[in-house]
Amino acid sequence: MNRVFNRRRILGLMALAMANLAISYWMGQQAYGWLPPQASSESILVDKLFSFMTAVGTFIFIGVTGTLLYSMFFQRAAKYDESDGPPIEGNVTLEVVWTAVPILLIIWIGTVSFNTYDQMSLLEAIAPPMLETVETVPGDLQTAVSGDAAEDYPPIEVHSRQWSWEFRYPEANVSSTELHLPINQRAHFKLTSDDVLHGFYVPAFRVKQDIVPGREIDFSFTPIRIGRYRLRDSEYSGTYFAANQTNVVVESESDYKDWLATAAAATPITASNIAAEDFARATESGISLGWATVEPAPAPTVNYTHSEEDSYE
Amino acid sequence: MSSASVEVRPSETPPSFQPEPGAPDNWRRFFSFSTDHKVIGIQYIVTAFIFFLLGGLLAMVMRGELITPDADLVDRTVYNGLFTMHGTIMLFMWTFPMLNGLANYLVPLQIGARDMAFPRLNAAAFWLVPVFGVILVVSFFVPGGPSQSGWWAYPPVSLQNPTGNLVNGQALWLLAVALSGISSIMGAVNIVTTIFRMRAPGMGWFKMPAFCWTVFSAQMIQLIGLPALTAGAVMLLLDLTVGTSFFDPTRGGDPILYQHFFWFYSHPAVYVIVLPIFGVFSEVFPVYARKPLFGYKVVVVSSLLITGLSLVVWVHHMFASGTPSWMRMLFMFTTMAISIPTGIKVFAWVATVWGGKLRLTSAMLFALGGLMTFLFAGITGIMLSSAPFDIHVNNTYFVVGHFHYVINGAVVMGFYAAIYHWFPKMTGRMYYEGLGKLHFALTFIGINLIFLPMHPLGLMGMPRRVASYDPEFAFWNVIASLGGFLLGVSTLPFILNMLSSWNFGKDAGDNPWRAIGLEWMVPSPPPHENFEEIPVIVSPPYGYGSDEPLTSNNPNGESIDEPLPGIAIGGAAV
Repeated sequence: MNRVFNRRRILGLMALAMANLAISYWMGQQAYGWLPPQASSESILVDKLFSFMTAVGTFIFIGVTGTLLYSMFFQRAAKYDESDGPPIEGNVTLEVVWTAVPILLIIWIGTVSFNTYDQMSLLEAIAPPMLETVETVPGDLQTAVSGDAAEDYPPIEVHSRQWSWEFRYPEANVSSTELHLPINQRAHFKLTSDDVLHGFYVPAFRVKQDIVPGREIDFSFTPIRIGRYRLRDSEYSGTYFAANQTNVVVESESDYKDWLATAAAATPITASNIAAEDFARATESGISLGWATVEPAPAPTVNYTHSEEDSYE
Repeated sequence: MSSASVEVRPSETPPSFQPEPGAPDNWRRFFSFSTDHKVIGIQYIVTAFIFFLLGGLLAMVMRGELITPDADLVDRTVYNGLFTMHGTIMLFMWTFPMLNGLANYLVPLQIGARDMAFPRLNAAAFWLVPVFGVILVVSFFVPGGPSQSGWWAYPPVSLQNPTGNLVNGQALWLLAVALSGISSIMGAVNIVTTIFRMRAPGMGWFKMPAFCWTVFSAQMIQLIGLPALTAGAVMLLLDLTVGTSFFDPTRGGDPILYQHFFWFYSHPAVYVIVLPIFGVFSEVFPVYARKPLFGYKVVVVSSLLITGLSLVVWVHHMFASGTPSWMRMLFMFTTMAISIPTGIKVFAWVATVWGGKLRLTSAMLFALGGLMTFLFAGITGIMLSSAPFDIHVNNTYFVVGHFHYVINGAVVMGFYAAIYHWFPKMTGRMYYEGLGKLHFALTFIGINLIFLPMHPLGLMGMPRRVASYDPEFAFWNVIASLGGFLLGVSTLPFILNMLSSWNFGKDAGDNPWRAIGLEWMVPSPPPHENFEEIPVIVSPPYGYGSDEPLTSNNPNGESIDEPLPGIAIGGAAV
């Protein structure tokens, strides 16, 4: 025992573990930069969870691959050495430790994930007024962001089709191909599909929900950052799936109310629609084998539409 | 055994290389309805590898399309057909048959049996593979092209059938998948029976090699899970062809029900694929580190734990689907739990390698590379099991990157490790080590170059299955495409190595790696029916560094007192 666990060795191992911890913490901080802008309350919660898991994952990855690489470089057999290594068949203490540590780790990650999901309340009718980021490491600062506010906006109807998005604001008598939302207010949706499965996905909000034909799914989140973001179809929906995207505009409450009023007064026009236009073109560029496709639904007729060229973050 | 019986046996009986009475003893036997498990094993492996090349070719056309943001190289319908058939071919025509090939070849040899329990069923199961392979390939040429609904074939997209024909790509796809299911069930019955009933005397469960344990665990999943997928495929086929409405929402069906049927099998299927590769790791590391498998009993039992847990995690594919919150949370915890037995295995392999006398042969390099990519995939896998994070990256390239690190990283590299390790046994010849190492370098770099960039793409929000994408994703896609082409090139040294070594390689001898195991005690290639005398096992496997013999007799029929040169008995130098 003394030979294996002498003081120098323990100190060396501890130094390596500390270095690994430092690198892992740094990677966890880097992780925020790999994600789109944080435009919803939910995104702050999710990013913190991802940063935490990145740090834990980095620690394990460096620990294991570092050990393997050390073996690969320094524990090679000499060219004519045909002898065997030490016949060690196992070590009960070690095996108990490396079973117990992962169990504790997943209880930790699982608890953090559960609390994060619970705070997000994506499918719940009412979210807490403030969403709190969950505690990950001892002493970690917690951030609170707005959740369900006092002002109660009626749910927005989301109609998904092959291949277009249409948003209806029934109380305001507005329909649009661009989603507009007021900042810092819980946005409520009723998600429906006219044909196949679609997915409502806004990367900047970190929220996603499949839309199932024949069902009406209640969905909600809170935008917290003014700007224009991409909304993408995330559940494969057939030929023009990749082109089935639009934008979300988050604006101040007064801008939002102005927009609703202007849109309601506008005459409905037919929106531009990539799928319908591509389909109408008899031949497409590229290698076409003439494989049949489902005919796109007609482009929606709405009283507000947007341009494909609009920039987004 | 009495010493008299040893004496009366003629000691210079030449080993019989005749594959089968009356059957041709040349390459033609690989094109015949052979019932020899070794011939069937090689038939499986070679057939699967040809489909691997086809699936890889489809992937390279996809990477060509994705090297620019616009849908410009191929039509959108063609792209959708490509990714559907890429996934289908890689799973049903490559990984399953390839692993069945390894299991067929190795299990009887490793447990000391002369063949599988049902040799004819075995051959029939194999010959279904080219049948449904041809059906899949033919579907490219029917009007409307092959299935374009993704390898999940989620309704209602898979029910849309724009051609209106009864014979369409989707119907042929479902037929092929159903046949594949039948073939796999036949294979599973055979393998499970063989392992249960035909182990040599003395081979208790805890004297069985880890590879056989993992194959057993994997084939149990096939028996439990495949009926669900096959039922789902048949119901979908009925919806598509005769107008039932199991999954059609406009007529009261439920498309989410199909997702449950599909993932109830198709998630455990990942473990069917990866478990035997865990077995390969457990076989390869001890040989080239010259140490026993660390914690053998815990490692093999954790395979069964994985089997059990794999059956209760499927909803993690549906965290963003039409599932209630309680279901998402429940399956989040079960999914995380599966990392415990998996982690035990990873740590045990590291401990096996640690302090050994390593030889970095091609097999060892591929096993180590496969272990590292698997570790990375395992870490992103735990991230994905966390429902709130999964909701962001679900159906994005993050998931595509994750599972390609498992399938192309761990499984394909594990397959290569197995081929380099057992090639001398299968052919009696040595491969060229230099070409093997070149193959490893190209594969390892290629895999990381194509699949690592998929993670940032997914985090940024690029959905999977898109023929075109927004310009902000272009940078990482160019790198991934270059990696994809490199990965395509990496197969060339392998093919060259295998073809030339099989024909002109140096004689390998019975046991070139000085490995311990029943398959290394018989000639290379092993004679028909493998063992002259059924071995009697007296020691657990992986006795490196100890002097205990593995068997009490010589399976080649000679006396144990005069072992043949080159046969390792318990690692004792001969």
